[in-house]
Amino acid sequence: MVAALALIPGLPFAGAAVLLLFGKRLRRASGVIASSMIGASFGLSLMALGELMGEKLLGHSYFEWISAGSFKVNFEFVVDPLTVVMLLVVTGIGTLIHIYSIGYMATDERRSTFFAYLNLFAGSMLVLVMAANFLVLFLGWELVGLCSYLLISFWNERPAAAAAGKKAFLLNRVGDFGFLIALFLIYQTYGTLDMADVFAQTPVKPIAAGLAAAIPILMLIGAAGKSAQIPLYVWLPDAMEGPTPVSALIHAATMVTAGVYLVARAHVLFEASQLAAGSVVVVGIVTAALAATIAIAQDDIKRVLAYSTISQLGYMFVAVGVGAMTGSPLAYIAGIFHLVTHAFFKALLFLGAGSVMHATGDETDMKKMGGLLRALPITGATFIFGWLAISGVPPLAGFFSKEAILSVAWEAGLPAVWVAGVLISGLTAFYMSRQVFLTFFGTSRLPAEVTPHESPSSMTSVLRSLAFLAAAGGFINLTLHGGRLTRFLEPVFGHRETGSATPLGLPEWVVSAFVVSVSLAAIAFAYSLYLRPGAEERRERAKAMFEPLVSIVRNKYYVDEFYNLAFVVPGKALASALAFSFDTGVIDRAVNGTGGLVMATAARLRGIQTGLVRRYVMAMFVGAVVIVGLLLATLR
Amino acid sequence: MTVGPGWYLTLSALLFTIGAVGVLVRRNVIVMFMCIELMLNAVNLTLVTFDRMNLGLDGQVSVFFVLVVAAAEVVVGLAIIVSIFRKRASADADQVNLLKW
Repeated sequence: MVAALALIPGLPFAGAAVLLLFGKRLRRASGVIASSMIGASFGLSLMALGELMGEKLLGHSYFEWISAGSFKVNFEFVVDPLTVVMLLVVTGIGTLIHIYSIGYMATDERRSTFFAYLNLFAGSMLVLVMAANFLVLFLGWELVGLCSYLLISFWNERPAAAAAGKKAFLLNRVGDFGFLIALFLIYQTYGTLDMADVFAQTPVKPIAAGLAAAIPILMLIGAAGKSAQIPLYVWLPDAMEGPTPVSALIHAATMVTAGVYLVARAHVLFEASQLAAGSVVVVGIVTAALAATIAIAQDDIKRVLAYSTISQLGYMFVAVGVGAMTGSPLAYIAGIFHLVTHAFFKALLFLGAGSVMHATGDETDMKKMGGLLRALPITGATFIFGWLAISGVPPLAGFFSKEAILSVAWEAGLPAVWVAGVLISGLTAFYMSRQVFLTFFGTSRLPAEVTPHESPSSMTSVLRSLAFLAAAGGFINLTLHGGRLTRFLEPVFGHRETGSATPLGLPEWVVSAFVVSVSLAAIAFAYSLYLRPGAEERRERAKAMFEPLVSIVRNKYYVDEFYNLAFVVPGKALASALAFSFDTGVIDRAVNGTGGLVMATAARLRGIQTGLVRRYVMAMFVGAVVIVGLLLATLR
Repeated sequence: MTVGPGWYLTLSALLFTIGAVGVLVRRNVIVMFMCIELMLNAVNLTLVTFDRMNLGLDGQVSVFFVLVVAAAEVVVGLAIIVSIFRKRASADADQVNLLKW
């Protein structure tokens, strides 16, 4: 089994290779091949889970990857409980998304390429989570970035999609740069890139406080790039240009969870510096708040979900950051728990949105939808599960994981974070309700010629499975203290006794009830603004009341514009200055000048070459006479 | 009156000069060719003369080398001249000036 671990990422990679090489001939079969590859990986992951129940961790070193002097890196995988959880999420949700794509991409010309990229994406993510040292992790990290670029700009005949792919790639590069510097510092400090070795050294090795903070903070920059946190989150909303299953894959199973995973995996490094741990919490909570407010004012069905993802990822960062601050294993577990449940309901929501688009002829503007529940009963019903789950309505999955995060924040003595978390949870419930009400309820605002139709069963069956997961996913960890997931993951983060404190010393169920009632109030508020008779009027009034705010939020706080002014415009100006003055004026001129000089000299000199033999002979004689004369003169 | 080395050397210098001037002033390739032979033999004469003076053999060996090279050069040179003559029906060196800029 241990050596077969390589098959977990190996099978999707093999699938990608086969599809890239023979995709044109396979056509219809390509989706099935890709799905069965990732499905087989899921089976292997389940086997790994079974094996792991008996042992502490599985690991295997396959070959010596790099050996240069004292720098040695093995290509090594290790599977511990945290990895298994990630493996199951990536392969499980990944398989469902693959199956869904068979129906969704059925008419696309390049679907075999699409499935090849999907497989590559999943395989890269699997390498990332199984890596036993930072370099292998970085390999997966970069591959994931590449695949996101390929998939986001999959419909590259659309300029917007091509631009979105570029944006994602560039912003990821900014983050990767930070991560890479962190790796250099780790190697310089600890003399190895092996994770177990580094983590074993960290608590005992005395290093400068600045260095101890710099390593995790640089890692955080990398994580912020992959997981779409401030300040590098702007690529994620644009990533909606890719096909919808890709959005689901990026947002739920792969890619964006990588940052959370990295913080959890390298928690020892983050615990070494309170500054770094605090930064994680601050980045998380600010991102969560910012993205949640932006989501309220978006009309694109996928963009709302994109900002919602950013916001929920902020939640996870808060959880793992709290863990790093206090050293509490429960906080990390809460973060990973939310990662899992979020994967369930966000995949469901995205695939549901894809089904809506499929039904309405690629319409994404929610203002033009409405009343779709009747035409799309399965999509609508499953979407409602996702909505309630993300809103934190018990007993669906989101309720448990959100509660877990809020409780660890309070236990860590961060009441401000707790309050912000509750408010954001209310905002989440509000914008998700707005989305559901605008899309599925009320009267249809679709143009008359569009008749929405339910998606094929390959898609709806996936929606049903995900709806089940979103509904029941919380049961893997009913209580954070001693729940099943907690007990499973505890060995990774170390068992530490943590107090259980609740706000104002109230019993836990009262706090839960309060948080849930905030969400329910938000849902009710959304109902009154978007569904109840007379909603139009109230909406106008609310809009007038918050006028400047609304337009700021609608324009996403002008962050894109700011980045444009701060980086893109100067960058372009610099590039064109270099291109049109320095390059043409200095470099080109130097190159052309060299050529011109040679030409001019040659034009003068070539007159000597007359082709007349007697001239040459004359020259020889004169030369000989001169040389002999000189010889004679010096001999004398 | 004894014929000393001076005579030989003077003769050789004369022959060399005639050869050199011939190469420079004549345009007929065959004549130029013969003048070159003249120069070569003038040099040979010098070599033999000096060898005689020093009672050595080195110079005479060199003469054989010069003779061999000259023979080979005549073979190649005449072949070239013949082929040029066939092409152009003339042996004027100044007309063969294609190999220029």
